[in-house]
Amino acid sequence: MRLAISLGVLLACGLSAQTTPVAFTGAHIIPIAGNEISNGVLVVQNGKIVAVGAAGSVTIPAGAKRVDATGKVIMPGIVDSHSHIGSVEGGDGSAPIQPEVRVLDAVNVRATTMQKARSGGVTTVNVMPGSGHLSSGQTLYLKLRQGNTIDDLLIKLPDGRIAGGLKMANGTNPRRAAPFPGTRAKSAALVREQFIKAQEYKAKIAAAGADASKLPARDLKLETLVEVLDGKRVVQFHTHRHDDILTVLRLANEFKFRVVLHHVSDGWMVADEIAKAKVPVSLIVVDSPGGKLEAKDMNIASGAILDKAGVMVGFHTDDGVTDSRLFLREAALSVRAGMSREKALYGMTMANARILDLDARVGTLEAGKDADFLLMSGDPLSVYSHVLETWVEGVKVFDRSDPKDHLLAVGGYGASRNDEIYVDECEVER
Amino acid sequence: MRGGALKRILVLLAALAPVASAQIAIQGETVYTMAGAPLKNAVVLVRDGKIERVTTGAAPAGYKVMKAKVVTPGLIDAHAVLGLSGYLNQPQDQDQIENSAPMQPELRAIDAFDPKERLIEWVRGFGVTTIHTGHGQGILISGQTMIIKTNAETADQAMVPAAMIAATLGNDARAGQGKSPGTRSKMIAMLRAELIKAQEAAKKASDKDKKDTARDLRLEAFVKLVNREMPLLITVHKDNDILTALRLAKEFNLKVVLDGVADAPEVLAQIKASGYPVILHPTMQRSSGDAENLSMETAGKLAAAGVPFALQSGFEGYVPKTRVVLWEAAIAAANGLAADKALGSITIDAARLLGVEKRVGSLEAGKDADLAMYDGDPFEYTTHCVGVLIDGKVVSETAR
Repeated sequence: MRLAISLGVLLACGLSAQTTPVAFTGAHIIPIAGNEISNGVLVVQNGKIVAVGAAGSVTIPAGAKRVDATGKVIMPGIVDSHSHIGSVEGGDGSAPIQPEVRVLDAVNVRATTMQKARSGGVTTVNVMPGSGHLSSGQTLYLKLRQGNTIDDLLIKLPDGRIAGGLKMANGTNPRRAAPFPGTRAKSAALVREQFIKAQEYKAKIAAAGADASKLPARDLKLETLVEVLDGKRVVQFHTHRHDDILTVLRLANEFKFRVVLHHVSDGWMVADEIAKAKVPVSLIVVDSPGGKLEAKDMNIASGAILDKAGVMVGFHTDDGVTDSRLFLREAALSVRAGMSREKALYGMTMANARILDLDARVGTLEAGKDADFLLMSGDPLSVYSHVLETWVEGVKVFDRSDPKDHLLAVGGYGASRNDEIYVDECEVER
Repeated sequence: MRGGALKRILVLLAALAPVASAQIAIQGETVYTMAGAPLKNAVVLVRDGKIERVTTGAAPAGYKVMKAKVVTPGLIDAHAVLGLSGYLNQPQDQDQIENSAPMQPELRAIDAFDPKERLIEWVRGFGVTTIHTGHGQGILISGQTMIIKTNAETADQAMVPAAMIAATLGNDARAGQGKSPGTRSKMIAMLRAELIKAQEAAKKASDKDKKDTARDLRLEAFVKLVNREMPLLITVHKDNDILTALRLAKEFNLKVVLDGVADAPEVLAQIKASGYPVILHPTMQRSSGDAENLSMETAGKLAAAGVPFALQSGFEGYVPKTRVVLWEAAIAAANGLAADKALGSITIDAARLLGVEKRVGSLEAGKDADLAMYDGDPFEYTTHCVGVLIDGKVVSETAR
């Protein structure tokens, strides 16, 4: 049978979350908030978590659809605080600082990388432009709903804005021919110059008060930086070398912006300084040091060292640097290098939810939060475990038993092409 | 008190006995010899750099005892660029590709290999003791590979100084900028021309009167291919390119090792029929370019079809600069390849494919004493490699 699965079909399968409550029973539940539950129950309804707890302690609503999840593990949907899925683009080669550029205008929701991320259990993701600029633009925090357009994946904030951060970078990546900076000191000077302009722009707006005629002309670049100065947009800062990390802290202190340190290959060398600044880290764990000068001292124990120093550590894929389908490896390898299981799993979920300011909605399994969760075949830190199902807001968006989803989860012919995939069921089974 | 004093004397005696360092007994709760079923509570006796014997029960007296939950043969990475493609990834430490000509089979890995490269120590810490390394992929013919232990102090200690001649077919071998080869057809035309020249030279060489005295290093290397003295290691991914490689190999009766082969499941029957072994792409390699169709399940499919294969760390152009072959095998084991076959793909099967099975790849009397020790299932992310021996010497004891 030739089976054509289009997004349209998937949408028809269930874009709207169940109004009927669904109760998953018998699973080992890792709620992240609180202890693991060996025989747990998770109840979801209307896209939200209704209840989670040990069997017997949770009242399963009458009329609930029951799903036997005995032998399986349920944990919150994974939050990835730094990814490049969706074939995203950011700023172009015209200038080193382009905060006016939005990833929003360049995401391909049909890219196979999106569904591959779902197959790895990612339900919330910070999609970023690249690190070849001091600022390559605005990032986008997405819910990996099975949407038809980018609008279906956006997260709307209570004030009506679209959730996202600002990508910035220092070190070697943004260094190139003018008008880009040629040195580290120049990089910092260019950034300071723009933030001072933004401070002045903000002051003009404040001075105008209710008098619209006194408002300065709109400046998309400065408007974005004012959001950063106001703490409404967090700076997601690519930085590797120990001195570059301290430069980020110095800038953040000067302009009082909220910042997350990304990658931080040398972070373990300045763990106490990061902890003292109370700045979170979005860490990448890769299989070996090097590959670029700034990563020469990359340490597989970074997660353990930073955590011990008191730094909140979230993990990220930097997909395609690492593969979203194997994201849980980072937590597991960090445990191998001395991080606690609890902190490593926290780093895959709630730490990243906090890094993205989304901790009221995602990151743990707690009543009232979004019904974003995974059904796994075994322990999340075991190489042999697979994500069986990924649910976003009460809707199943990945099912490993579906031939098309299986293809994307493991790879194979057509799995990396951004066109409609046709799967011959018989071939897949063979 | 008396017991304490006795213990101190015994420790002192042990420290004084020089023979102890040459005689090591490695006790494992599970010992994967890769020469038969795994043994429970076994001991591998090591003497003078070689495996004396593998036996069950306790270690005899006179041996320094090391204990681990799991003991395996030292791991073999069947294809790497370690020692040629350095971890800094700067021009001064990148020697895996020479771009001045598309075919340079005369380039030898031993003339570029840096045994002190940090990534070699890195993979050794996870149990890798033997690597097949050398000139990389990305050019029609890049050079000659070598096989060496990860504790070597000089390239001259290579187990096999000239192992294979590395070739690449498909999109990655395009020279670009109007240079040849610019197309797939041109690649094969260029190779055929050289191989025909080599056949003629080989014929002349066997005829004393016609023997050419002027040496030509490039031609000599091609002659080794047509004389089947060295295999051609062909990195190739797309199904049509795999069939092209087989066509070329048949025409010139070459010894061939297929490398990469992302599309192997599409042409499994042809690969099987060719009899050529496969060094499969790293399980976690990025799926892009010619390798866009690669799958974590291909290793399992090769095993099911009975195609001899090994796994590799491959080539990485960016971060991470090398993969760890143990972890590549782990992903294969989690995606359809039986655990014993997965371990085989980085030990005995890799040794056979590389032709070094008489020395390494299994724990058997007379073989080199290369061992890896783990505190659990070697494939689990959270297991540590707790010790590594090469030629009977402890080269790593830090839990990694």
